[in-house]
Amino acid sequence: MFLFLVSAGLTLIFGFMNVINLAHGSLFMIGAYAIAFIYGMTNSFLLSLILSLPVVAIFAWVIEVVIIRRLYTRDHLDQVLATFALILFINEGTTMLFGRMPMFMDVPPLLSGTISLFGIVSYPLYRIVIIGAGLVVALALWIIIAKTRLGMQIRAGTTNRETVEQLGVNINQLNTIIFVAGAMFAGFAGALAGPLTSVEVGMGENLLILCFVCIVIGGIGSIRGALLGSIVVGVVDTMGRAFVPDLLGKFLDPTAASGISAGLSSMSIYLLMVVVLVLKPTGLFPVMKSS
Amino acid sequence: MKYTHHTSFLISCLVILILLPLFFHSIESSYLVSTLTRIVIFAIAAVSLDLLIGFTGLVSFGHAAFLGVGAYTVGILSFHAYEETTFLGFSGTLSGLVTMPLAVFLSAFVALIIGALSLRTKGVYFIMITLSFGQMLFFLFVSLEQYGGDDGMMMFDGRNTLPMLNLNDRVEFYYFCLFWFVLFFWFATLLVRSKFGRTLSAIRQNEDRLSSIGINKYWAKLQIFVIAGIGAGLAGALSANHTEFISPDITHWTRSGDLMIVVILGGMGTLVGPVLGTFLFLLLEEFLPLILHSLGFDLLSEHWRFVFGPILILIVLYAKFGLYGLIFKWRS
Repeated sequence: MFLFLVSAGLTLIFGFMNVINLAHGSLFMIGAYAIAFIYGMTNSFLLSLILSLPVVAIFAWVIEVVIIRRLYTRDHLDQVLATFALILFINEGTTMLFGRMPMFMDVPPLLSGTISLFGIVSYPLYRIVIIGAGLVVALALWIIIAKTRLGMQIRAGTTNRETVEQLGVNINQLNTIIFVAGAMFAGFAGALAGPLTSVEVGMGENLLILCFVCIVIGGIGSIRGALLGSIVVGVVDTMGRAFVPDLLGKFLDPTAASGISAGLSSMSIYLLMVVVLVLKPTGLFPVMKSS
Repeated sequence: MKYTHHTSFLISCLVILILLPLFFHSIESSYLVSTLTRIVIFAIAAVSLDLLIGFTGLVSFGHAAFLGVGAYTVGILSFHAYEETTFLGFSGTLSGLVTMPLAVFLSAFVALIIGALSLRTKGVYFIMITLSFGQMLFFLFVSLEQYGGDDGMMMFDGRNTLPMLNLNDRVEFYYFCLFWFVLFFWFATLLVRSKFGRTLSAIRQNEDRLSSIGINKYWAKLQIFVIAGIGAGLAGALSANHTEFISPDITHWTRSGDLMIVVILGGMGTLVGPVLGTFLFLLLEEFLPLILHSLGFDLLSEHWRFVFGPILILIVLYAKFGLYGLIFKWRS
C-alpha cells in the first residue's frame, strides 16, 4: 500500500506535468521524519499524523516553486539531474538536523493489537488500518479525477497541456496543486510507515526505485496502472522472498541457496519489469498522449 | 552541437597529465597521485557514458552496471588466485593479460544483452529499464556471498601483474591508466567523427527520418551501447585494481547518477566536457570539505553535499553546455 500511495503521487506528477521527480522518495522521508519528530514532542499519534501533512505540503510547495517549475519544458535528462541533486541536498540537510542514527517510534497503543482474519490468521491491526487508508485514498483519488471539475482539468492536461491552457485554465496553479497533492500522498505514506520502519536518511530512495518499477509496469501517468503495478510488484516481491529460498534449497545446499535467493528475490521485480517492457514497451495501461 | 577539437588545448592537457605525477612525486604527495589516478579512471567511464547521452541521445541510468562487471571480473579472478580454487573450472589469475581482456569482453557481452532488451523502449521507459538492469546487477553482486556479499572483497594479492610493468607502484599504475584513458579518448574521437558518428548524431536529432533513409537505427544504437559498456567495463577493471577492493557499491544507482552528473557538469556532446566534469566533480568531492572548513563553515564541511546539491541544480538550470561551454565560449 505504501507502494501505491507513493506511486500514485509519482504517476500523477509524471503523467500530468511530464516531470520525472526523483526527489519523490525524499518527500516520503520528510513525511516519516516529520511524524517521528512531532510524535517525539506531542506523544499523540493522530496529532502528529495530521500535523506532518502540512509540513510535507510546505516543503513540496517550496520545491515546486523554486525548482520543478523551471523543469517542465526541459528534457528528462535535466529533470533527472536536478531532482537527483535535490536528493543530495535534502538527504544531507536531514543528516545535519537529525544525525545519522535512525529514529524509531512505536505503533500507537490503540492500533498495536492483532486481529484475526476469518479465524485463520492473525494480522497486525495497524497494517489493516494502512491498507484501509490506502483504499480510501485510492477511492478519493478516483472520485476526484473521474467526477470533479478539477479532475477533468487534470485528465485533459495529461493528454494535452497547450489546449487546456488555451481554454483558460491557469496551468501553473494546477501544476502546483498537483505537485503538492502528489507530494502529500508520499508524505502520508511516509508518516504511516514511520512506526513500522526505522526512520533514516535514504529510506526514500529504495522505495522510490520500487515505485518507478510500479508505474512503469502500470503505464506511466495511469493511476489505475499505478494501483495494479503496486499490487503486482508487492506480490512478486513477497512471493519471491517467501518461495525462492525453498525452491532453490531443493537444488543447492542451504547456505549457498539462502545467499543467492536473497539476491534473486530482490532481482525478481526488476526482472518482471524487464519482461513487461520488452513485451509491451509502454506498460500495461498506456495513457494516450497527443503531441 | 559540433564537436570542435582544440588540438593545442588537448595536447597541453595531456602534457600536464603526464608531468603532474612527476611533480607530485617530487613533493612526495602519493595521495595526490592516487587522486589523479581515480580521476583518469572515472573519466574513461564518463566519456563512454557521454557517447550514449551526449552523442546518441540515449539517457542510460544504469551505466554503473558495467563498472561492476569489469570490477567483479578482476575481483573474482583475484579471489580464486588467492584461495587457489577454481571458478567454473577455471583457475583464478592475477595476470592482467587475462583479466583485463576478459573484463572488457564480459562487459561487452552484458551490454549486448542489456542493450538488446532495453533499446526496444524509448524515452523515460529507457531511463527506467536501464536503471532496473543496474539494480538487478547490484542485487546480484550483493547476493554473491562467497565474494563478500554486501561488504565486498579485498584483493589480498594486490593488483594485477603485467610483464614489464609493476602496477603496485603508484606512478606506474597511474601511467597505465592514463594510457588506457588516452587510447579510449582517441578512439571515441575517431568514432564520433566517422560516418557511424554522424549516424549517431542523426539518431539524437530525428530517429524517424533515419529509418526512412534506410539506416537500421536499432543496430546502430546497440553498437554504441556495447562500445559504451566496454568503456565502463574497462574503467571498472582499472578501478578494482586501483582500490584493490570491490563491493556492490560500485554498481549502486547513485553511481550511475554521479556519472550522469559528471557528463552534464562538463558539457555533454563534447568529449572534452566529461573529462573536465570528472576533474571538477572528484576535486570538489576531495576538496570542497576542506574549502568549507577553511571558510569557517565547520558543520557544512562534513555535509558538503548540502552545498554541492544546489550548485548542481544551478548548473543544470542555467549552464546548458557545462564547463566546456564556459571555457570555450569565453575563449572565443
